[in-house]
Amino acid sequence: MRYSGLKVIAEGLFGNKGWTPAWRNPSPKSEYDVIIIGGGGHGLATAYYLAKNHGITNVAVLEKGYLGSGNIGRNTTIVRANYFLPGNSEFYSHSLKLWEGLESDLNYNVMHSQRGLINLFHSDGQRDAFVRRGNAMINQGDDAILLDRDGVREHLPYLDFDNTRFPIYGGLLHPRGGSARHDAVAWGYARGADRRGVDLIQNCEVTGIDIEGGVVRGVQTTRGAIRAKKVGIVVAGRSSQVAAMAGMRLPIESHVLQAFVTEGLKPVINHVISFGMGHFYISQSDKGGLVFGGDLDFYASYASRGNLPMVEHVMEAGMTLMPMIGRAKVLRSWGGIMDMSPDGSPVIDKTHVEGLFIDCGWNYGGFKAVPASGWCMAHLMATGEPHEVAAKFRLDRFATGHLLDEEGTGSQHNLH
Amino acid sequence: MRLTCPLCGDRDRREFYYYGAEDYLHRPPEGAPLADWDNYLHLRDNPAGVTKDLWYHEAGCAQWLVVTRNTVTHEISGVELVAERKA
Amino acid sequence: MRIDGKGLVDRTKPVRFRFDGKDYAGYKGDTLASALLANDVRLVGRSFKYHRPRGVLTAGSEEPNALVEVVGPSNQTPNVRATMQEVFEGLDCRSQNRLGSLRFDLLAVNDYLSPFLSAGFYYKTFMWPRAFWEGLYEPIIRRAAGLGSLSGKHDEGTYEKAFAFCDVLVIGSGPAGLMAALTAGRSGADVILCEESHALGGRLLSDGGTIGGVPAGDWVAQVLAELQALPNVRIMARTTVTGAYDSGTYGALERVGLHKPARPNLPRECFWRIVAKHAVLASGALERPVAFENNDRPGIMMASAVRTYLNRYGVVPGKRVTLFANTDQARGVARDLMASGIQVAAIIDPRPDASAVEDCPVHVGAEVVGSRGRLGLAGIQVRKGSETIEIETDCLAMSGGWNPTIHLTCHMNGRPRWSEELAAFVPMEGAVPGLVAVGAANGSMSTHGALATGHAAALRAVEALGRKVSVLLPEAEDMPYTLKALWAVEGKGRAWLDFANDVTTKDVKLAAQEGFRSVEHMKRYTTQGMAPDQGKSSNVAALAVLAEATGRGIAETGVTTFRPPYVPVSIAAMGAGGRAEGFAPQRFLTSDQASRDRGAPMIEAGLWYRPSYFPKPGEATWREACDREVTMVRETVGVADVSTLGKIDIQGKDAGRFLDFVYTNTFSTLPVGRVRYGLMLREDGLVLDDGTSARLGEGHYLMTTTTAAAGLVMRHLDFVHQAFCADWQVRFISVTESWAQFAVAGPKARALVNSFLEVPVDLPFMGVAPVRIGGVDGRLFRISFSGEEGYELAVPTRYGEALFRDLVARAETMGGGPYGMEALNVLRIEKGFITHAEIHGRVTAHDIGMEKMVSAKKDCIGKAAATRPGMWGPEREQLVGLKASAPISAGAHLFVPGTEVHRETDQGYVTSICWSPTVGAWLGLGFLKDGRARHGEKIRLVDHLRGLDVLCEVCDPVFHDPDGEKLRA
Repeated sequence: MRYSGLKVIAEGLFGNKGWTPAWRNPSPKSEYDVIIIGGGGHGLATAYYLAKNHGITNVAVLEKGYLGSGNIGRNTTIVRANYFLPGNSEFYSHSLKLWEGLESDLNYNVMHSQRGLINLFHSDGQRDAFVRRGNAMINQGDDAILLDRDGVREHLPYLDFDNTRFPIYGGLLHPRGGSARHDAVAWGYARGADRRGVDLIQNCEVTGIDIEGGVVRGVQTTRGAIRAKKVGIVVAGRSSQVAAMAGMRLPIESHVLQAFVTEGLKPVINHVISFGMGHFYISQSDKGGLVFGGDLDFYASYASRGNLPMVEHVMEAGMTLMPMIGRAKVLRSWGGIMDMSPDGSPVIDKTHVEGLFIDCGWNYGGFKAVPASGWCMAHLMATGEPHEVAAKFRLDRFATGHLLDEEGTGSQHNLH
Repeated sequence: MRLTCPLCGDRDRREFYYYGAEDYLHRPPEGAPLADWDNYLHLRDNPAGVTKDLWYHEAGCAQWLVVTRNTVTHEISGVELVAERKA
Repeated sequence: MRIDGKGLVDRTKPVRFRFDGKDYAGYKGDTLASALLANDVRLVGRSFKYHRPRGVLTAGSEEPNALVEVVGPSNQTPNVRATMQEVFEGLDCRSQNRLGSLRFDLLAVNDYLSPFLSAGFYYKTFMWPRAFWEGLYEPIIRRAAGLGSLSGKHDEGTYEKAFAFCDVLVIGSGPAGLMAALTAGRSGADVILCEESHALGGRLLSDGGTIGGVPAGDWVAQVLAELQALPNVRIMARTTVTGAYDSGTYGALERVGLHKPARPNLPRECFWRIVAKHAVLASGALERPVAFENNDRPGIMMASAVRTYLNRYGVVPGKRVTLFANTDQARGVARDLMASGIQVAAIIDPRPDASAVEDCPVHVGAEVVGSRGRLGLAGIQVRKGSETIEIETDCLAMSGGWNPTIHLTCHMNGRPRWSEELAAFVPMEGAVPGLVAVGAANGSMSTHGALATGHAAALRAVEALGRKVSVLLPEAEDMPYTLKALWAVEGKGRAWLDFANDVTTKDVKLAAQEGFRSVEHMKRYTTQGMAPDQGKSSNVAALAVLAEATGRGIAETGVTTFRPPYVPVSIAAMGAGGRAEGFAPQRFLTSDQASRDRGAPMIEAGLWYRPSYFPKPGEATWREACDREVTMVRETVGVADVSTLGKIDIQGKDAGRFLDFVYTNTFSTLPVGRVRYGLMLREDGLVLDDGTSARLGEGHYLMTTTTAAAGLVMRHLDFVHQAFCADWQVRFISVTESWAQFAVAGPKARALVNSFLEVPVDLPFMGVAPVRIGGVDGRLFRISFSGEEGYELAVPTRYGEALFRDLVARAETMGGGPYGMEALNVLRIEKGFITHAEIHGRVTAHDIGMEKMVSAKKDCIGKAAATRPGMWGPEREQLVGLKASAPISAGAHLFVPGTEVHRETDQGYVTSICWSPTVGAWLGLGFLKDGRARHGEKIRLVDHLRGLDVLCEVCDPVFHDPDGEKLRA
């Protein structure tokens, strides 16, 4: 079924009786060409591009809960391509281009909105670091504009420019940065993959990976054994547990990152804004809620929930930066499980087991990466070779010292 | 979240700095192969369950602590001083 | 309509307030909702999506409809629950989410378009043409969405945060909570009793009845009097416990000043962090609506709310009330109304075996199937068997049973348990360690059940605390509570589940039809439960409708997760203290005032404030001052406060050995009285910090760190010591705040320093000696960050300001003076000294040309990891100097002249730049691929953002005095 405005009207006239399921609810077959473990954004995108780009449709996505139940449904929905290290730049640039065509590609409105991202800076040193970043973005073919204090004021007149602990020196505007409706991204990819023949199997937890003679043969699940020629692990915060089934120890520590949304408000914040002194970023959803977040709680956790110290720190940052949001009320807080890597950059690579691939280590930047991650993981699984924009996301780069550390904070997992 | 510092008693999480898994205590000896360093610095068991990790009582006694903690429930079942740890 | 002689409002204290520009009267003790209902105002808002007329539904914080903007003298507060806002003299409110007036909302057209606005419609359209999304569709959607509005003005209100600690936290002050607080309180335990409302008593204030033979209200008053007299009990009214967190920590929001006219220093709200050894959750239960066609009209209310407005506020929301309920308990509403002389037109009870004996018509086995009335209820349609009758009514009290208020028990991932008997979810025991749910919150619906379970839970807590207490349980009603759930009445029209987000049974069924069968999918697809009330009154009914649509049971269908906060909490309250300069501590130099006295602009350097430059009359720009200060240091003498550098005092027999371990180079061989530059790596082999360490005695060193890394290095040293060499004889402590330290640099530095010393010292370069300055013991270091002959003079902090003022005054007599951060930066760039602009966390010792400082003779932190293949080699970028005749910029990238400018051809980047008055050129430090082998090459510097494209010369980073003759003079 093709979605369109006309279809919505036609169905509306006849009681909306004609809408069919967005995806089938199949039982697992005994064998597939490819199994993707993990029905989150990255896993669904991988399956979609396996089918679309490589014609590989005998694919199952195995999801232990419901589709999109991980970080794809619990993030702050920011989409940007503002990295500066070679290896990251080209990847996120590719991802942003995919975002820009996603609605028509998927025939699903993921509400990707390029409302502009402004990274604020608060010292000369920070400004120079952002200029370096902005120049790298332009060198990559993306966009960046340096704003001085008055330039920021023009865009964001409601910031506190006069009475704040860390005065605003300016900002780096990334006009193509923005946000999207997170759940819709999962659903759009799921629907697209399903229409191309991929089996999306929910409530199916992988409990083991079958390996014979160094070659992957399939997986054990709560719904029985399933054979496969190739298996991809795409499970974000749960990467360590699933990889352990194949005898792997990953460069990952899982952490909780909280995020917050306020009650609905009439439009008041048009951009995505990020504070430079203390982690705080904010945007307003189309529904009207202010969606914002900050840093990790900083202790390893699988709890999907956090504690008050970081909650309060984030609110305090909001109050010093833009005290006009003080009377907005936080409606809900939540936490995602972040697969934090030792340099803050991800892994899309083969493993020591033939036919077993892994896509992990997205830290807390996985949402914007979903299209390119799926694209590149599909390429790797289909061709056996890394895609050129993800060639540096190697699993062995920590051992060899070829690091991609945008923050420069070093090998401590939680500092990225 | 609160931790009981062996020296200072029951304190709010705000007073502590978190480093990472207790793997950091097992520094390879001089001359160890680079794979040992990869293991030491980067690779982690990262269990969903009971783990031991390192906290620093930064706003207190400046002692590093080994905390036995459940990463799923956040239950804390033991705290000892790094400097006086057993084994 | 107000009823004489009913309610707890203070009729001697009339209050005037304003709603949508019209003045009304209420009484002290009224909420905005009760006062509006007393004035027969039924229409108070418009719904989120369809802009349907809405009235007050509940009498509590779960209210989905009656959200208003409160307009204050300086700002406005959106989305305030009329059911929680107490009226006060001058309260000014207005309705929200309307285009035009509340009665004639132009966006009500959405209601007619509803067939096209079904669940998830926006995912299926607005995709073509692509450019229309940001340009047209999205702005329209954004404007239509949202509820209240922020003014865009800074929130200048006062907010507070506080900590509290107790043995027993009691959440809720109904029968269960009061009994728990009384029991725990009498034992002598520290008790905090939190009540969301302004009055304590919970449902006892609404439902009447007797406890221990006295009217419930009297019992409440007795208990409160006793609790208030106990010094170990703290009663917190207007305080909602909003979240349960780890280790017995609870978040709570106290509405301190929201019920009063604003006045200076009166906090609006206070956010509490309560740490409790035990907690008793006595939060009661929330009554649930029944879904039937057009069940959302103003005048249709929860039965318990009607009872609360009657008994607590003396208000009836209609003249001809009807009741639609499926429990015996709800009959009490009708009886109370009739006892007050209010006409009850009918009771509609869907239970076929229910009693028909009341003092009004009772339709047993019947259901309400529809309603009418454009802006307020005028009548209902009732189906009884095959016949449908019309009943005129202006207020329908409805009840579909009760949902225990279990939210806090789920905040730590506890999944509630489905109780068939109650047709509701009840808490999973132990889901929050230390928290026990009692009373209706745990499914004990009778007053006796509440008292007994509250009492028992408190007794257990008291025992665990090692205390003893004996409290008699008073007698109270113990009516059984069982029901057959009624979630939705069959019918074709739209029947609302989620009033706040306009989600109907049709939407839930459509979600199931489209494959969104998981309860989480249904929620996210329909937005049910995502509105300001977080589905408090709709979650269970919605998943029941989903369960039926998907052919599953409710228990199997599961439930979405309740997350903090229980009620929305203002960002200002949780962020209290963060406003303006409160966000982070401020650190001031001892010379701060002296610098400000000289007109120096103070800039943030981490948490510190440091002088940027010291302007002189006639200087128009910072550059003029900076150039002058640089030249002054190069030619005469300059004074700068460098106390922000981290200082760590290290002592013990193994101090030298310890420094050998944390620095790449060797310090154990450093002679006493000498200083050495040291490089410190992180264990991953990248540069952590640099600085000097001085050997003050045989077992005594003083380490200096950069300003930025002071805390980090201290933490690192503590770790290395405690983790790897706890048995070594070494101890250290930060003395950053103990010493004020001033750099004195320039050809006349020695003369200036000596003018202060009781005994002039002739120090070699990199020497240190104790000195006496005006009778004070100090330290003199001969070190330089400027490339000139330089000293640093340290005195105990309390003498810092005096010394700085004196140093500057004497320097000025020699043609010198103070210099600030800008000049300090130019001086160090001219000399090729690095800062954290260069050691930004991605550079190795090799990258900055210091690989020879990594001693081969010993192990040190970071040495092994620095040997990884990726940390070496010509493909890495290495520190270089850059020289140009035109302005250059930090953050620019470097390219080979004649090549295209893009990522693949990128050769490096610039980290620091300055105009050098000494060299007479623009100088830069940067990193260039294989840079050390490329000195003398021309390189193209491109800064797109600043529009620069400049040819530079690659050179050695040391521009000034490369042989160090001046340093050693």
